[in-house]
Amino acid sequence: MTGGTVCYLYGIAGAEATGLYDAVGGLRGIGGAPVGVVADRGLAAVVGAVPAAEFEEAPLTRRLEDLDWLEAVARAHHEVVDAVAARTTVLPLRLATICRDQERVRALLAERRAGCLARLELLAGRVEWGVKVFVLASGPDAPGAPAERAGASGGTGLSPGRAYLRTRRHERDARDDAYALAEETVRRVRAAAAEFADEHAAHRVQQGPLARTGAENVANDAYLVPATASDAFLTAVREEAGGPGSVRVEITGPWAPYSFAADPEADPATAPRTDPGTAPAIAAEAVPASASGTAPAAASRAGPGAAPGTAPPGAPPEEEP
Amino acid sequence: MTEPLPRDFGGYPSRAAPAYGQGSSANLADILERVLDKGIVIAGDIRINLLDIELLTIKLRLLVASVDKAKEMGIDWWEHDPALSSRARNRSGLAAENARLRAELDALRTGREVLPDADTTAGARTLTGAVPADEDAEVLGAASEERTGERIREAEAGERAERRPARRRRPAAGPRRPREEPPP
Repeated sequence: MTGGTVCYLYGIAGAEATGLYDAVGGLRGIGGAPVGVVADRGLAAVVGAVPAAEFEEAPLTRRLEDLDWLEAVARAHHEVVDAVAARTTVLPLRLATICRDQERVRALLAERRAGCLARLELLAGRVEWGVKVFVLASGPDAPGAPAERAGASGGTGLSPGRAYLRTRRHERDARDDAYALAEETVRRVRAAAAEFADEHAAHRVQQGPLARTGAENVANDAYLVPATASDAFLTAVREEAGGPGSVRVEITGPWAPYSFAADPEADPATAPRTDPGTAPAIAAEAVPASASGTAPAAASRAGPGAAPGTAPPGAPPEEEP
Repeated sequence: MTEPLPRDFGGYPSRAAPAYGQGSSANLADILERVLDKGIVIAGDIRINLLDIELLTIKLRLLVASVDKAKEMGIDWWEHDPALSSRARNRSGLAAENARLRAELDALRTGREVLPDADTTAGARTLTGAVPADEDAEVLGAASEERTGERIREAEAGERAERRPARRRRPAAGPRRPREEPPP
């Protein structure tokens, strides 16, 4: 086994923080490798050795497409960041920040020194909470669903075509209502959260949750909250989150300050975006989505085998001639 | 399917738990979102473009690459995603159909090799003629989902392909081919 290693960076913390050394002692990172610290004038990078065979550019690009590998690395990365964050303030680094050796790590720390120190100070004693709002409009308990069942069984006396159209209209109305409610919930939750949060970031909604929630994510926010205000923050958000069953609010955290680690001015590309238009935009998009969903559904009634010549025999999509 | 509200809140005791409760139990989507999309970007020695690996891309690549693996892991979001589910169904049906037709074509080719040339051409023409114009659009659509930004352009390319049935004479061209040729 030759296989050199490269230096994987998990996060950056203040070098004087004693909690940092407690946190990394005995900590294992990606591939079970021990986690250590590379310090340079007040800043410390939390690092670990990873095999070059996996983390050099070409293999890495390939590996990132492999969800098993990606999940293992992402979870290991997160667990190291999480463990350090539990003891001291840490700036999480983007996944796969890699240097060839520790000298390069020190050089990077020196380059980013001022910005990192300022950000660490701002984040000290603060945690990140995630607040997501979901709409259950497409779930079986949505108001439109019973109508669909009645229509499908033919019990209403309508022709199948009319029943189908009526069902679609009911579904659309129910969706509109649910989205309106969700928007209202998003507004209330954001207002309540703002009272206790120092910073707010509106993230891209999670389209098609990886978790099986069966609901549509319409707001995906992160809040930077002083650890001492976390209880008050959670209470306030929960109070506004209650309400009709078609809207669900999910709180995650506390997280290390992933969403607030980048200095918004120094790094506009990764700066938290505050986008009050998110929820309305989602609601507007939802209508065409459901409308386009009707066409394939109707077409599929003809049966999958009935579509003549569904595939061109000579056109394998992935092969060159 | 509707989970009662308290379940989600009950899972995060704010007082009793240690300060950082997420740890290994955190949802994969939330973790990926943060470690791939948030956090400080520092250009190390090994540069990869993580912007190419946004969540959406991962999801869609998964659909094409390893649906079974994802299902094993309990990831089946596309079955709940109204924007994706119909396409997902189409695609798996399409793949099966494609495989079947390819096998038939192979069988045909092997069988025809002993026959006179004229016969082979006639057979090939019949097969080509049977290809519906919208098939190319379907395949294009599937491929284009790797990059959201390309989806629209490719959908347009697909439409162009539909309008020019002459292109169908070369069905063996890969799905990315038509895009590279500027429209006349």
